[in-house]
Amino acid sequence: MTALLPRRGLAQIFALIVILAIDRAVSPQFFDLRLQDGRLFGSLIDVLNRGTPVALLSLGMVLVIATRGIDLSVGAVMAICGAIAASLADSHGLPVVLAAALGAGLVCGLWNGFLVAVLGMQPIVATLILMVAGRGIAQLITEGRIVTFSSPDLVWLGNGAILGLPVPVAIALGMLLLTGAVVRGSALGLLIEATGGNARASELAGVGTRAMILAVYVWCGVCAALAGVIAAADIMGADANNAGLWLELDAILAVVIGGTSLFGGRFSLVLAVLGALIIQTMNTGILLSGYPPEFNLLVKAVVVLAVLLLQSPKLSGLAGIATRLRGTKP
Amino acid sequence: MTLKALFAATATTALLLALPASAAELTIGFSQIGSESGWRAAETSVSKQEASKRKVNLKIADAQQKQENQIKAIRSFIAQNVDAIFLAPVVSTGWDSVLKEAKEAKIPVVLLDRDIDPSGKELYLTAVTSDSVHEGAVAGDWLAKTVGGKACNIVELQGTVGASVAANRKKGFDTAIAKHANLKVVRSQTGDFTRAKGKEVMESFIKAEGGGKNICAVYAHNDDMMVGAIQAMKEAGLKPGKDILTVSIDAVPDIFKAMIAGEANATVELTPNMAGPAFDAVAAFKEKGTVPPKWIQTESRLLTAADNPQKEYDSKKGLGY
Repeated sequence: MTALLPRRGLAQIFALIVILAIDRAVSPQFFDLRLQDGRLFGSLIDVLNRGTPVALLSLGMVLVIATRGIDLSVGAVMAICGAIAASLADSHGLPVVLAAALGAGLVCGLWNGFLVAVLGMQPIVATLILMVAGRGIAQLITEGRIVTFSSPDLVWLGNGAILGLPVPVAIALGMLLLTGAVVRGSALGLLIEATGGNARASELAGVGTRAMILAVYVWCGVCAALAGVIAAADIMGADANNAGLWLELDAILAVVIGGTSLFGGRFSLVLAVLGALIIQTMNTGILLSGYPPEFNLLVKAVVVLAVLLLQSPKLSGLAGIATRLRGTKP
Repeated sequence: MTLKALFAATATTALLLALPASAAELTIGFSQIGSESGWRAAETSVSKQEASKRKVNLKIADAQQKQENQIKAIRSFIAQNVDAIFLAPVVSTGWDSVLKEAKEAKIPVVLLDRDIDPSGKELYLTAVTSDSVHEGAVAGDWLAKTVGGKACNIVELQGTVGASVAANRKKGFDTAIAKHANLKVVRSQTGDFTRAKGKEVMESFIKAEGGGKNICAVYAHNDDMMVGAIQAMKEAGLKPGKDILTVSIDAVPDIFKAMIAGEANATVELTPNMAGPAFDAVAAFKEKGTVPPKWIQTESRLLTAADNPQKEYDSKKGLGY
């Protein structure tokens, strides 16, 4: 576990606790939990459940960013895969639906990976292509309308429960463990970090950097596909215009809040997911607070700034100097 | 045959071909915004239906949400010398020069669904739009009438912050319920006009208001958010439509599905039939020279479970919503 949660996670955990405390202050019933139709019910569960799409996206995104890349297309990939899942849900079984949606995510990831790793395009531009085109593809699949379905299997994926825990949360937890086991249980994580730290040096040292880059974009696509299927299952329909809209930015933010540098190198899966939870804890708190909606974005910006300042090495350096100065006074 | 004779012959043939056509039917060019929403798709389908009902030759140009494409389309309609131009403007400014060209060509322009800025008022014949303040008021009046004298805490799902439709639907509703001291909006938050956000915001409303026990009604600025809110209520073990009254706006097919299931109470229709009144205004203007008023307001019908939701659903489901 120490490999997954390095000491630098303290700032994030502290931030999460502070935001949880603020949520408790604006909404006294924040920590209340009860069982409703075999499913836990309460604001905390809302945070976990609503945070799932961004948490899944950040799992893929953190690996991409660790290779010094970025994937702007994850929101659009969510829309495509949600649209595919919703279109097939009432005529096919769950395995086919999942295979088709995840397969589409994999193809999207391959496309991004091909542009970046093989053609050597700048990641931000390469993935921008699919970000723009992807939503169009999703709209073509749904013909511009909200495709609804009633397949109980797919609905269960969005609204069901396993031991009281919402299914999406269980899936996200499973994906975190799986990704962690694969990248930290082997040398893969180290190779990804090496690729992001210095691609040329790693290549010369014998790391297959191209394969690494291709692999992380593919994984990012699969994570986005899963997030898209869950988002569609949640509202029992695929809304190509709005599904995953701007979530790529939240995913990048989650990774950054989790302390991973946009310049690649060292990364932490757990902290990226924690970052996603911090964002959602704040969002849910804003909704519970009853402030007019005009304040939503402002509050969010201030909190994000505070969390990032908390992690800033320069600022903690200043704090250190301040305490030392105070200490030297007679 | 000399060149001159050839010209004359062509001109006569063209005239002969054109004359019976213009006497029997109108040719109208329609610059549509694009497929930005289900409602927009339904508006296009209904326009086609209304045109074939009246034997109007309707040419639709899809602008893919770009003003430059709309201007190009209008210029091409002018070049084709159509009888009238319908325009659903994607933005409210920048139309002066192209509308002047249409005016010089003596082609009347009718605005559909959206208005343009006041400086261009003399450049178009009329505007057929819905009054979104009135829509909110119809929703508020229905709720006031249904609740009667008992105290009622309302939660509101607003549209996108900054959208004029959202501001107007809020204003109309607030004005309507202001007359009734027993009605109070206790919580109001934006759901961005989407199902997913409508559901998420409703989940938080339910938690903030004692598990939903303190909520007597939900007002949503569009049906999609209400569909999401209905799911949130069901998951919280509440009975939407019974424990908590619902009223929303737009009248999309899925809200009628919920109404049939007894989970939604009322919706206010934003009619996709903007072209019908526009066709009638143009026909009257062409035949008798009747100048229509500058603004033709479409009807904001209130539809409840008593208004045969099954029939409404059937009539709307094929329109592309």
